[in-house]
Amino acid sequence: MNKRLSIFFSMLLVLSMFLAACSGGGDNADGGEKGGDDGGKSDVPQELRVNINTEPPSLNPGLAEDSTSGTVLRNVLEGLTRINQDGKPEKAMAEDIKVSEDGKTYTFTIRDAKWSNGDPVIAKDFEYAWKWALDPANNSTYAYQLYYLEGAEAFNTGKGEKDAVGVKAIDDKTLEVKLVNPTPYFEELTAFYTYLPVNSKIAEANPEWATDAGENFTTNGPFHLVEWAHSDKIVLEKSETYWDAETVKLDSIEMIMINDPNTELSMFDNGELDWAGAPTGALPTDAMQALKDEGRLVTQPIAGIYNYKFNTTVEPFNNVNIRKAFAHAINRQELIDNILQGEQLPAMAIVPPSMFEENEKGYFPDNDVEKAKEYLQKGLEELGYKDASELPAVTLSYNTSEAHQKIAQAIQDMWKQNLGVEVTLDNAEWNVFLDKVNQMDYQVARMGWLGDFNDAINFLEMYRDADGGNNNTGWESKEFQDLLAKSATETDPEARQQLLKDAEAIFMEDMPVAPIYFYTNNWVQAENLKDVAVSGLGDVQYKWAYFE
Amino acid sequence: MAKYIGKRLLYMLLSLWMIVTATFFFMRIAPGNPFASEKKLPPEIEANLNAHFGLDKPWYAQYWEYLVRIVNWDFGPSFKYKSQTVNDLINEGFPVSFLLGMEAIFIAVAVGVLLGIIAALKHNRWPDYTAMIVAVLGISVPSFIMASFLQYFLAIKMGIFPVARWETFMHSVLPAVALASTPMAFIARLTRSSMLEVLANDYIKTAKSKGLSRGVITVKHTIRNALLPVVTYMGPLTAGILTGSFVIERIFGIPGLGAHFVTSINNRDYTVIMGVTVFYSILLLVSILLVDIAYGIIDPRIKLAGGKKGE
Repeated sequence: MNKRLSIFFSMLLVLSMFLAACSGGGDNADGGEKGGDDGGKSDVPQELRVNINTEPPSLNPGLAEDSTSGTVLRNVLEGLTRINQDGKPEKAMAEDIKVSEDGKTYTFTIRDAKWSNGDPVIAKDFEYAWKWALDPANNSTYAYQLYYLEGAEAFNTGKGEKDAVGVKAIDDKTLEVKLVNPTPYFEELTAFYTYLPVNSKIAEANPEWATDAGENFTTNGPFHLVEWAHSDKIVLEKSETYWDAETVKLDSIEMIMINDPNTELSMFDNGELDWAGAPTGALPTDAMQALKDEGRLVTQPIAGIYNYKFNTTVEPFNNVNIRKAFAHAINRQELIDNILQGEQLPAMAIVPPSMFEENEKGYFPDNDVEKAKEYLQKGLEELGYKDASELPAVTLSYNTSEAHQKIAQAIQDMWKQNLGVEVTLDNAEWNVFLDKVNQMDYQVARMGWLGDFNDAINFLEMYRDADGGNNNTGWESKEFQDLLAKSATETDPEARQQLLKDAEAIFMEDMPVAPIYFYTNNWVQAENLKDVAVSGLGDVQYKWAYFE
Repeated sequence: MAKYIGKRLLYMLLSLWMIVTATFFFMRIAPGNPFASEKKLPPEIEANLNAHFGLDKPWYAQYWEYLVRIVNWDFGPSFKYKSQTVNDLINEGFPVSFLLGMEAIFIAVAVGVLLGIIAALKHNRWPDYTAMIVAVLGISVPSFIMASFLQYFLAIKMGIFPVARWETFMHSVLPAVALASTPMAFIARLTRSSMLEVLANDYIKTAKSKGLSRGVITVKHTIRNALLPVVTYMGPLTAGILTGSFVIERIFGIPGLGAHFVTSINNRDYTVIMGVTVFYSILLLVSILLVDIAYGIIDPRIKLAGGKKGE
């Protein structure tokens, strides 16, 4: 035994020296090559490598509820419509769309298209997929995206029948959809991932069809799912059975899952990725300025807002003038220039400018300290305080993250300088924070909101009822509710837009939320990569992409 | 020996039960739930989900159900990753972490012991100082800095290795070195100090005076006795490294088990939290047992079965 052990350790020593000597060598042919600037050739390999950050939690469109899953699904499946490069819905699986006079019945004619296994795409595939997502037994967390359909909410919450849901395959080619209200953005919704079809023949036979790549995972979109190595990578290949296959130029897409912004950028710089940053990944905030200076950073506004919610049920934020004072005393541009550095847009409104153009200016000027002081004075009088030092202690809550913390510290300082109010910061882990906000156990809290589809209702609806799940401010207004109710039945787009604008004006007048900034997406991409479509919602599609 | 191992196994089961119980209750006390998100679910859907995953049952029923699941080695579905069960996550992640961990342990032990021996034999001369500077650096530089440093110089500047991912052997070198740096330094210091201690013993002088060669003295008499503390350290080290490192796996984009330890807690993915905790505990308990058994082999003076009086 002794001898063997000592032999073993001597061998270890020898091996270790060998290893130490070796680790300097090795070969890696395409090591230092830069992110693809060998353009100009026509035979450039059409192979895209992107980072999608994490494992998509589910590739069953009925269960998907996050942007990573959405990214994969949008490129392998195709709904009745698809958002085109200009951000407008265009006919995809639907060859023709007829809308009834009252705007509540849609008749879709399905085009001649095939699933990747050769099965034809039929109207039933849509009916099946939508009803499956709504079936309470399937526990879809995003089923409420389908609540626009007649009888959908009742069925999903166990109060109605499956057959009463307003979607019906009249024959293989015709899909009839009945809505609760005329919904002007319904065509846009049919491009959303919860509305994607499922090959009903396969899904009925095998409920677990979406857990892995393989013959059960049939697709009708621009790409096939070839490989799904969980938590590692997903490989897509161009689909030959896709109806519009001639438009698709990429041969393959490798989606890797790296959840570290620094590594992502390093890989891009090292030529191991063709794209780094939003919408699928992220860039390190420290690198933003340098990338901007080098002229490599691409910035695009997206429909999303970062804001501070006020708890309007407790002093001092039950007073509208105090709320306004706090909202006016923030220098948003300074936050953007010094902390965020992603060319975000200062927000002085609640609906992003991609939906309401004039919101680039907003309802009040940024950093209006004079006005803020006036409001503060008025508020103090109304609450019966002599000066700001008598206000109840103010706490600003946010969930743990470096960026949130930096912003909170800066705003804490602005409120102290401009209003003379002492604010304490309170950070908590994400789940703990959400719990606190949902129970209204806060005074001022950070929240973000990203639109699911391109319509202003996305950003207003959540404030309709004080006890609505996403309101969290305790604010509600009869007038606001009436305007939203009117907008739901208004069929004229112009008039409807105006109703929503009026609703927003009421909201901004009461200011239960201090808007801070509108989100942007920032990324770097290989110079010869063209036509990757990133929509105003931050959804990415590779259907039209190519390397030149 | 059999009796000793039997007794140890019993204690292991007891420890495991305590770990499971504590984790279960701490997990449930923490605010939040697996379905929390910025966009709140309609209450009916949430109630439905709670019923589906059995979260609406009283705590003792859930606790009992969980114990039964562990006994059957079926941790159930992941709340977050709907296409995988917890068993899938472990079965797919562990082999990757294991391979990377073995590579790291190999580097740590080989280089660490070597450095320690050189330092001890050349006590207070330049090889000693050099080895110990390397060791201090290894201990004090956090692994994520080491990882970024290696990535920057060896991958981006020199182009020898790929930056990240888990594909070929070349991909595994940088993460293994980064993972190994701290334990390697620790092992180097342990080896050095216990070597020095052993070298001062009388029996080494005896061996020298017997006229044994320096090599024989070092290998047969010194190293063997000096390695005992290193072996002690190997137990927890093995369990820790084999189950993966969150930081290293994240930086190098390695699909191992390490990431689940942290992300499952952030996601309140109850079944994954319990699954990886139980898995890690078992690995840790077993490796500690193995170390104790290894003691007896390396140093016959240590008797596992204990004194005659027993219990």
